[in-house]
Amino acid sequence: MISFIFKRLLQSIVVMLAVALIAFSMFRFIGDPINNMVGQDTTQEEREALAERLGLNDPFFVQFGRFALHAAEGDFGISYKYREPVSTLIKARLSATLELSFVAAVLTLVVGIPLGVYTALKGKGLISKGIMTLSLVGVSLPTFLIGILLILLFGVILRWLPTFGRGDVVAIGWWTTGFLTASGIKSLILPSITLALFQMTLIMRLVRAEMLEVLRTDFIKFARARGLPDRSVHFKHALKNTLVPVITVTGLQLGALIAFAIITESVFQWPGMGLLFIQAVSDVDIPIMAAYLVLIAFFFVVINMIVDILYFTVDPRLRADSAA
Amino acid sequence: MKLRTGLFAAVAVAALAVAAPVQAKTFKFAFQGDLSSLDPHSLNESFLLGTLGNVYEGLVLYDDQMNVVPGLAVSWKTLTPTTWEFKLRQGVKFHGGQDFTADDVIFSWQRAGSEGSDQKVRGAAISKITKVDDYTIIAETPAPNPILVRDLAFLYIMDKEWSEEHGSTNATSATGDDKGNYANLNANGTGPFMVESHQADIKTVMKRNEGYWNKDIPTNVTEVIFTPIKEAPTRVAALISGEVDLVYPVPVQDWERLDAAKGVKALAGPEARTIFLGMDQMRDELLYSNVKGKNPFKDQRVRAAFAHAINLDAIKEKVMRGAATPTGEMVAPQINGFVPELNTPYSFDPEMSKKLLAEAGYPDGFEVTMDCPNNRYVNDEKICQAVTSMLAKVGVKVDLLAQPKSKYFGKVLETGGYDTSFYLLGWTPGTMDAENALSSLIVCQNKETKRGLFNLGNYCNAKVDELTAAIGSETDQDKRNAMIEEAFTILKDEVGYLPIHQQPLSWGVSDGVTVNQRADNALDYRYVVVH
Repeated sequence: MISFIFKRLLQSIVVMLAVALIAFSMFRFIGDPINNMVGQDTTQEEREALAERLGLNDPFFVQFGRFALHAAEGDFGISYKYREPVSTLIKARLSATLELSFVAAVLTLVVGIPLGVYTALKGKGLISKGIMTLSLVGVSLPTFLIGILLILLFGVILRWLPTFGRGDVVAIGWWTTGFLTASGIKSLILPSITLALFQMTLIMRLVRAEMLEVLRTDFIKFARARGLPDRSVHFKHALKNTLVPVITVTGLQLGALIAFAIITESVFQWPGMGLLFIQAVSDVDIPIMAAYLVLIAFFFVVINMIVDILYFTVDPRLRADSAA
Repeated sequence: MKLRTGLFAAVAVAALAVAAPVQAKTFKFAFQGDLSSLDPHSLNESFLLGTLGNVYEGLVLYDDQMNVVPGLAVSWKTLTPTTWEFKLRQGVKFHGGQDFTADDVIFSWQRAGSEGSDQKVRGAAISKITKVDDYTIIAETPAPNPILVRDLAFLYIMDKEWSEEHGSTNATSATGDDKGNYANLNANGTGPFMVESHQADIKTVMKRNEGYWNKDIPTNVTEVIFTPIKEAPTRVAALISGEVDLVYPVPVQDWERLDAAKGVKALAGPEARTIFLGMDQMRDELLYSNVKGKNPFKDQRVRAAFAHAINLDAIKEKVMRGAATPTGEMVAPQINGFVPELNTPYSFDPEMSKKLLAEAGYPDGFEVTMDCPNNRYVNDEKICQAVTSMLAKVGVKVDLLAQPKSKYFGKVLETGGYDTSFYLLGWTPGTMDAENALSSLIVCQNKETKRGLFNLGNYCNAKVDELTAAIGSETDQDKRNAMIEEAFTILKDEVGYLPIHQQPLSWGVSDGVTVNQRADNALDYRYVVVH
């Protein structure tokens, strides 16, 4: 187990280096950061001197090496635009993104799994068919559109919920939370639904498909033959056996929730990392973009590792293998 | 009448006295971008300067109509053509309680010229400042400069002691050589509002400065909350739902929606920015064209043919929803030196255009690539598309290359080696004076004198150069304006550029507030009144 984790850690460093390298090579195609950093009257000499000071004239690998060395020490440089350390900027926004993703993930599981089970069991019912049809909407409508529609309905027409931002937040050390204020919780509702909708329908459809599969297997028939109550058959035996693929997908999707919060965050002006990143792209703020991509890669790697460890606990066969 | 006004004022004062304590009035607004820094010397950008203009002040200020009015200086006069005497305002205190004196002016001017500052051009307008006493200074300019005071409106004054105390004597540098530059995240000005909290790209809160020297400003706002909202639909929704009192910019296509909604309206006016097309008149062969061995844009008839092929009214109606002001001149009416007679656009006349092209030797037109930004100006890409289809009708096949501003400017500006044949650009003279447009856009490119560096296609006329140089140092306003008119007349006759329009300022405002929309798109809180 420990050697497994160690191996995984080594792999993750390689993954993150690769992400950083690819990201870095892409930045050269985004455009010239200098023009966003100066006003229209700034002279050419000034612009060139600035590029020189920022090291933008160095060869690609020198720039990348410098970035990787500093990043290894946790130093992601200074944002071109805000002139603050990138780590400070990201830290200030991390809590917003993680809270949003957390609520969305909880919504996904709490709504997605029961609905999946329900539609698998009552496949022919009217409600079940209704849910399946609605889920198509969730899968096919782009996040941007869902967000705008929700804003229009609940923010502009009904005026129940705020249209943008995070509301009032309470700071606990460097972490800011919206869970402790009424406006913070109200602000969370629309973005988290927007973010969760796709994942929710995905998990629901996955659970349903897996359940249908498992329900046909012999051991379920045997369980029924033993006269076990339905509840025990469905939830103790059937659902548990569908969980391995569900955990894999949930894990990956959790990473996706954090990464793809970009769109939701920009629709709702949610002050998280995704918004910071999208702004950085239009400003060609390379230090922020690089740090963000590496951080997201890190999240994916960690989540994957947790998923792998979870397999051990969920699937006894894996434990048997490694013991042998 | 006078008596009645006086009486009314007396009643109003009495009413105010009874109504005290003054109610807290909060004004919330959203802008598409963010306040990247609180350092007034860090970036020469209109939103940053406009917003910080409520916190910091220059020696002079712009009023609601963009006239220069006394700010931290009460009066000024020229002693010789290159020396100016400024009398400074007495009794002004910075937000932190420090007194404003001549030392602060000298310090701020030096700081504007420091490493990392983006206000060096403004700082360089003055070569030396001598302190006569605490409230009198003498400024020397490198050459006679009739518009010096206009350069000073955006050269904000910081407190010397405060900056020294916090190690912020240099402008915040983009390279982070001076990590955590205090002035980047904190402010201490003399303006009517004080920064209470600032989180870049999240939220900025400002509070009224009760000790502000000018008690006559119209505003009754005690607190301003600024939130950047990047997405236009979200911004408009926030306004309609009443969560903010003002948003800008509003896409012109949303105006009808705002007017249909209750309690909000669109507020539009012409911006001082002129949008125009430029043509490469420098190279012997265009970089991006099927014409080889010669440059069609060197032929005035071709440039005129382009001018007559473009229907500015159609662009105004179809692309800008009627909100733009078609123009024939490179500067807007708000700019000092604007000549009304020259503002009539070139006539729309496709037949003449075809004739001119045929005379120039291109009866079947030719092909050329056009560079265009797609996220810099109002509907920039759509304007280029309209131009493309209009030119197609006279036989010129335009291959449109529309890119985000970072890519676009990297290609067409000097950094990219002026890599363009035909382009769209917008310009607001930073000094609100025609000389800035002439010396940046219209005189011949000259790397040594650093003039004409934004003349991307290098339109070049010796007479215009000579006039511009003279305009730069002529202090007699009438003579100066006559020379400006002459230079613009030459430019127009030679079709050096193809002016399109002044783009609209487009704000969305709640009925509960009154604001002043300044022509440089700045939101001056001094004129914000919450009902």
